[in-house]
Amino acid sequence: MPSSWVDGSSLLAIEVGAANTRAVLFDVIESEYRFVASGSAPTTAEAPIKDVGEGVRNAIRNLQKLIGNTLLDESRGLITPSQPNGSGVDALVVTLSAGPVIKTVIVGLVNDVSLESARRLAESTYTRIVDTIGLNDLRKPDQQIDSLLHYLRPDLVVISGGTDGGASRSIQKVLEPIGLACFLLPEEKRPDVLFAGNEKMEDEVKNLMGSLAASLHFSPNVRPSLETEDLDPAGRELARMFINIRKRQIKGVDTLDLWSSGHILPTAYAAGRMVRFLAKVYGGEKGILSVDIGSSAAIISAGFNRKTTLSVYPQFGLGENLSRMQNYTTLEDILRWSSLDIPVGVLRNYLHQKSLYPASIPATKEDFAISQAVSRQALYLAMQSARRDFPENIATINPALTPLFESIVAGGGALSGASRPGPSLLLLLDSIQPVGVTTIMLDQNSLLPLLGAAVSRNNILPVQVYKSGAFLSVGTVISPVVAASYGTVILRAKLNYENGAEAQVDLKYGNIETLPLSSGEVGELSIQGLRGADIGFGPGRSLTIPVSGGALGVVFDGRGRPLDLPADAVRRRELIKKWNWALGGE
Amino acid sequence: MQAPVIYVNGLTSIVRERLLPVPGTVLARLNQKVSPLDVIAQTSWAREHLLLDVTRLMRVTSNVADRLITCNVGDRIAVGAVIASGKGLFSRRVRAPRDGRVVAVGGGKVLMEVGVTKMELRAGIPGTVVQVLPNRGVVIQTAGALIQGVWGNGRIASGTLVNLAEKPDGILTVGRLDVSLRGSIILAGIVNDVEILQAAAGLPVRGLILSSILPSLIQKAMEMRYPILVTDGFGSLPMNSAAYKLLSTNARRDVTVNAEIHDRYSGARPEVIIPLPISGIPLIPREVETFAPGLQVRMRLSPALGMIGSIVALKPGLTRLPSGLQAPAAEVKLENGETVIVPLINLEFMG
Repeated sequence: MPSSWVDGSSLLAIEVGAANTRAVLFDVIESEYRFVASGSAPTTAEAPIKDVGEGVRNAIRNLQKLIGNTLLDESRGLITPSQPNGSGVDALVVTLSAGPVIKTVIVGLVNDVSLESARRLAESTYTRIVDTIGLNDLRKPDQQIDSLLHYLRPDLVVISGGTDGGASRSIQKVLEPIGLACFLLPEEKRPDVLFAGNEKMEDEVKNLMGSLAASLHFSPNVRPSLETEDLDPAGRELARMFINIRKRQIKGVDTLDLWSSGHILPTAYAAGRMVRFLAKVYGGEKGILSVDIGSSAAIISAGFNRKTTLSVYPQFGLGENLSRMQNYTTLEDILRWSSLDIPVGVLRNYLHQKSLYPASIPATKEDFAISQAVSRQALYLAMQSARRDFPENIATINPALTPLFESIVAGGGALSGASRPGPSLLLLLDSIQPVGVTTIMLDQNSLLPLLGAAVSRNNILPVQVYKSGAFLSVGTVISPVVAASYGTVILRAKLNYENGAEAQVDLKYGNIETLPLSSGEVGELSIQGLRGADIGFGPGRSLTIPVSGGALGVVFDGRGRPLDLPADAVRRRELIKKWNWALGGE
Repeated sequence: MQAPVIYVNGLTSIVRERLLPVPGTVLARLNQKVSPLDVIAQTSWAREHLLLDVTRLMRVTSNVADRLITCNVGDRIAVGAVIASGKGLFSRRVRAPRDGRVVAVGGGKVLMEVGVTKMELRAGIPGTVVQVLPNRGVVIQTAGALIQGVWGNGRIASGTLVNLAEKPDGILTVGRLDVSLRGSIILAGIVNDVEILQAAAGLPVRGLILSSILPSLIQKAMEMRYPILVTDGFGSLPMNSAAYKLLSTNARRDVTVNAEIHDRYSGARPEVIIPLPISGIPLIPREVETFAPGLQVRMRLSPALGMIGSIVALKPGLTRLPSGLQAPAAEVKLENGETVIVPLINLEFMG
């Protein structure tokens, strides 16, 4: 074990994703925690292996090859704690997103109050809401029962409703069909139930549901009063329930739970935890945004001063749900992002073919163009959905646009594997459409959720690793909000480097420009907004701000917000190519 | 790296579970020889439930209603039978609106199951029952050819295989479907017209084996009462040569099309089983294979989507692909002689 001023314990973090499992080692190097290496292997939750343990061991073996130390013993168990000969690790944390989407029924009283809270709660993990039962439901109770029994067969029921001390009989009424359906279901098919409503109803709910649910959980009311919503305690309980459901569904999860002494979390929840932390440390007036677009889901987590939101959208995942993407968007809306002329039929076939093989990757230029277009639209839709749940009174230039974010951290399969950061940055600029001044980091090793999971083991490690450069800093992005015609100069900027050198740019509406500023370097950027261009300090204001560098330096996105792509397909594709080149793409 | 396996195998042991969707009675016995149409298990289930709110109908409290309810859990009730009755000469009564069975009573309410239907589970494939799963179903073992597909509409049927696909990329037209095909399982190529699905239903055929189907036809295909199995994918893909060769050379044989919906977690896959009369029991094929030179593989995405080839060499480390992505890859020699570089994750072993 290395000697250091920090309590130098090595930590192995494992992420069991839908397509890949990764084993990541963190250890103390020169007195600070660092990301050491990462090994990966295909996830083995699916047939024929049906045991995530196999993929985990394969990922650890690949990690062993990189670090030159042994982590698994002869009986394929994890060596803990670390040994004097360098083998083993001191602690393990696990995050999990693999597994079938959790079919969820939400139950509440009033549509825009308790049912909205139940929806937000359910969307904080890997669920698909298959039914909503509330007081406004026009179906008869027996129709609800048959729907639950014959068609839906939910894995999870999330119940909210009633302010503390408020209505109780109404909740009984909406719970009755759930209880009867559970009673009629075979024991092994019964759902887990979370009650996060009127706390005075807990005994009543125990009586009604206690013996009928696979397991019954309680959490503090998500709506203690009409004006107040607090999803955090219920979110923690739901995270635990998710792991319990996965233990029943997938072999090997229980072993990981044992190995990690219970430090196993849903990947999205762990990412949300890290975003909450980052928002506290780095957020200031503006928020911190994390986006992850991968095979299982699109995940958006936004941390603001007093609130963090977490939204998981399996329907916008780039894996097996792709064939259903047309339920949420049109093929034409996907293709507007493509730099190549792709026929609608080719895209339709691709979505269905890719959904057969979620782990497959685009090997040709045409497939890459399609997959990038699909990723953009999926992340765009996820962002639009997540924005509904952002708190009010957050910093914005225009409430109809993306709020101001200090930093955006982006990860997921759609953004990793690329040999250059330019295409990934353009994907983010197109789909998130940040405004003002934002630093953008690519989480190429998907460390964010692992650091969130590590918090419970070691609260110094996430801070030090985050600051260590383990994330690829793409640079600082300046995105003015302005209405102008193409080609009009909307912003003048001068970058003063630490060595005294200068660089200037005149940003024209519709263009993307960059000024070089290497990772780790800082500079002073003087900006003069023209034609009322606003970067978060007021329309047309001139100012000087410190900026930090990155792989692409300082990036100026002069395309306006919201991004309005030309209707003419040929011109649009030319522009997309031009923007891609501006960011160093091919 | 482990290779996913899809089976297109001329002779193998096939072991399949056949299970009731809800618990019931298993009729088949251990070591029993079964044919596809044999009923191996049966059960009954209620399509609907009725919740009768005696409290509301009799305008009493739930405690009072509970005392007035005259039926018990498990009672079979005929339409019009009294299930709750008040006291006195002109008291209110609640009658059963339909025939059914009482499944729950309490809180002033009666829950009945109605519309009970009997369900019979057929063997689906010929073979021997090698395991009985009490109340659930059986495991059947057979020997023959196995051709797995990528998509199915959830139906199963057996019949004689008729080949209407002269070549792997043949397109099935309505004009090819005539009355002589009634009751057959048809080996077709590409289907790109909804009228074909309807014409096949009209005959009716016992099943369709397709190379590919247009995504726009999926919803209609799901509605068809006969099995539809797709071997290769979506759009206008030819059938992979191994499946085409195996299927076309077995025309006129009895086959089973189990167009099961692909479940990547359970491993259930749509598949065609062609039982073959052999004396011994062939080996059960390996479920896991490792990528290595010489392995026969199929391309899951472009380039050469759907084509079969043989791994020439595994590329060391990560290979930069034409897409710009970097991934472990292999050099694959395709059937047409062309050599392509394909990421391993886009390959599957043809077992």
